[in-house]
Amino acid sequence: MSIIWTAVAGFLTGVTASMGLGGGFVLIIYLTVFAGTAQVAAGGINLLFFLPIALISMFIHTKNKLIEWKLVAPICIAGIAGVAGGVLLLSIVDEDVLQKLFAGLLVFVGLREIFHKKVVEKEP
Amino acid sequence: MSIVWCRGNTIFYMKDFIKKHAKILTGALCGLLNGLFGSGGGVVAVPMLRFFGLEARKSHATSVAVIFFLSIISVIAYSLRGSLEWQTALSYIPWGIAGAVLGSLLLKKVPNSLLRRIFGVVVLASSVRILFFQ
Repeated sequence: MSIIWTAVAGFLTGVTASMGLGGGFVLIIYLTVFAGTAQVAAGGINLLFFLPIALISMFIHTKNKLIEWKLVAPICIAGIAGVAGGVLLLSIVDEDVLQKLFAGLLVFVGLREIFHKKVVEKEP
Repeated sequence: MSIVWCRGNTIFYMKDFIKKHAKILTGALCGLLNGLFGSGGGVVAVPMLRFFGLEARKSHATSVAVIFFLSIISVIAYSLRGSLEWQTALSYIPWGIAGAVLGSLLLKKVPNSLLRRIFGVVVLASSVRILFFQ
């Protein structure tokens, strides 16, 4: 039974992550809420999981001319400092507090997704 | 009402400050969430990429590239802390790859409004469970 849930969680995370819809939340929620994994460990698993998924998605998105590469570099350079800050906070913040903070982020994301304004897009 | 502060004879507006440093702020916030939770950078990246003038599909696709590079840095940092469970991650990857191929092809074709709303309900329900039942 467990392999079926692993497949469902992995597949759904792959679909949503590749579409930039916050797939990481799917896997972390599954791991922490249903598989009993600690918050930090779940975050690490999601990071490892995301690398090959993102590579494949980036290949297809680049072919479809959907990635604006000139914006990626400046954001990522500043992001290195952000990652360092985030990982530093991991050593300071208690696991329970971290999980509550994550839940707070989920409330924000959930409400934003449910009540988002529908945008009519032209065909790319 | 705008937030304003003064230095000497110069007045600074928060709105202008954010506009001027938007890429740096976006990167720093994405990185912070990615490093802290191992996820969540896209929450900031997607709306900010829209703010930079990209249409929705492009902002979603470009956010994948941004988070990919930040995730490499985060993986290195997590690895140094000894917080990585390679074996568990590997068990999800083959299924994830299948999902990624489908999702990447769907992004060009499917209007994702309904998908976003379903996703929102799942995320909100999970937050309630984490906050009140764990």
